[in-house]
Amino acid sequence: MGATDKLKDLALSESGFVFDPYTGSTFSANDTGRKILDGLRRGLDRDAIAAELRQGWDGVPDDLGRDIDDFVLLLRRQHLLPPDFSL
Amino acid sequence: MDGERLTIAVTGLNATDNPGPGVAVIRALREAPGFAGRIVGLAYDTLEPGIYARDLVPDVFLLPYPSQGIEALEARLRYIHGRIPLDAVIPTLDSELPSFIALEGTLSELGIGTFLPTREQFDLRAKAGLPALGERAGILVPASRVVTDVEALYGIHREIPYPLYVKGLFYGAALACSVDEAVQAFHRVVAQWGLPVIVQTRVDGEELDVVALGDGRGGLVGALPMRKTWLTDKGKGWAGVAIRDPELEAMAVRFMAATRWRGPCELEVMRDRQDRYHLLEVNPRFPAWVYLAAGAGLNLPWATALLATGREPPPLGPHRVGTMFVRISLDQIADIADFERMATAGELGGGGRTG
Repeated sequence: MGATDKLKDLALSESGFVFDPYTGSTFSANDTGRKILDGLRRGLDRDAIAAELRQGWDGVPDDLGRDIDDFVLLLRRQHLLPPDFSL
Repeated sequence: MDGERLTIAVTGLNATDNPGPGVAVIRALREAPGFAGRIVGLAYDTLEPGIYARDLVPDVFLLPYPSQGIEALEARLRYIHGRIPLDAVIPTLDSELPSFIALEGTLSELGIGTFLPTREQFDLRAKAGLPALGERAGILVPASRVVTDVEALYGIHREIPYPLYVKGLFYGAALACSVDEAVQAFHRVVAQWGLPVIVQTRVDGEELDVVALGDGRGGLVGALPMRKTWLTDKGKGWAGVAIRDPELEAMAVRFMAATRWRGPCELEVMRDRQDRYHLLEVNPRFPAWVYLAAGAGLNLPWATALLATGREPPPLGPHRVGTMFVRISLDQIADIADFERMATAGELGGGGRTG
C-alpha cells in the first residue's frame, strides 16, 4: 500500500466530515484541513499544497509549511499516514 | 423461490442489556427480499423481551433449560413441530448449542433443518483450545493457559506476563494486574462458572469483531467486519460501524479453511499497535449485533436459513462500509393475557396464522 493510499480511501464530504473505512473512525476537518487532505490525496508536495492554500485565501501566514507539517503529524497520529511519512 | 414461505424457529429472545441474538436474527430474516414465511420464537423464560414483540414473533414456545437434558428438548421440539411444522431452527445461544448439535440427526429425520458446527468444531474453538486452533489456522492468539488449581497462578507470570485476564470456560473475564488480583479473580470465576479457568495475557489495541458464516466445506459464505464505537459498562457494543478490513476478512477465510466451520460464528479480534491481529475468542453463533450485517447488505441469517433447508443462498455481494448500528432501549407494552399464556401454557400464538 502506498503512503497516501489510505487517504485516497477516506470518505471526505464537503462539510469536512471524514470517515476511515478501515477503522470506522470519524473526524471533522475545517476548510484548511480539507484542502490539505485533498492535496495529499492528489499526491501534491508541501509547496504545491501551500500554493493552493495561498491561492484560495488572503492573509495566509508565511510559516504555512509548518502548519501543513503539523497537520501531517496529526494524520500520522491517527494512523491515516505511515509513521515515517513526511512531505 | 419457495424459501419465501419457510417456517423458521429462532432462539435467544432475551433482548436485555446483554442481549441474545434472536431478535436481531428474526429482524434480518423478515427483511430478506420477498420473505413471507413464518417465524417461531423459542424462549427459556416467560419474560424474555422478544416474546412480546408480537409484530416480529407472533408464535412463541418455551423450551426447557439445557440443564433439563436433551430428551426434554427433543420432546418439546417434537411437540412444537406438531403444532407448527418447522422447516429449520436457528439456535443462537452458546449454552444450548451442544444439545441442538446432538439432536441434529433427529431433527433432520423430522424434516427440521439446521446449519450448525459439528461437536468437534464446537470444541475446537473453545477458549481452552484457542492456542491450538490459532496454530492450525495460522492466526495469532494471545498467550493462554488452562488452569485448574489456584497454585498454578503463583508462577504463571513466567509464561504469561501481567496484566492478564482470568476467564471462565464459557463466560466472564476479569483483568488482574498482580498475583493477588489473579487469585481473587480465579475464585470469583470458579464460583460463577466452575473449573477450569483460562488465563490469557492482555493485548492492548483496538477491538474488532467479525460475523461470519462458514459453508462446512472450508469456505466462507460471507463475513462482515465491525468496530464497536460505543460500549456498555459490561463491555457490550451499543453502537458500531461496518468497516473494510481485508486482514480481518482474510482471518475469517483462514479460520473457515482450517476448521471447515459449518454455520455462523463471531470472531473477536484485537488489532495491536503494530497492526497485528490477535484472535481473542470465537463465539459459535451469531452475535447480538448481526442485524448490522443485514443492514449493510449481507443477510447472513437468511443465508443460514436457506442452507439449513438445503438451498443455496444467492451470492453475497460486498457489504456497505460505513453502515452503523445504534442500539435503543424501548419499553414494550404487553397484555397480561399474553404473559398468562406464556406462564401457564408455555406458548403464545401457535394457531394457523402466518407471520
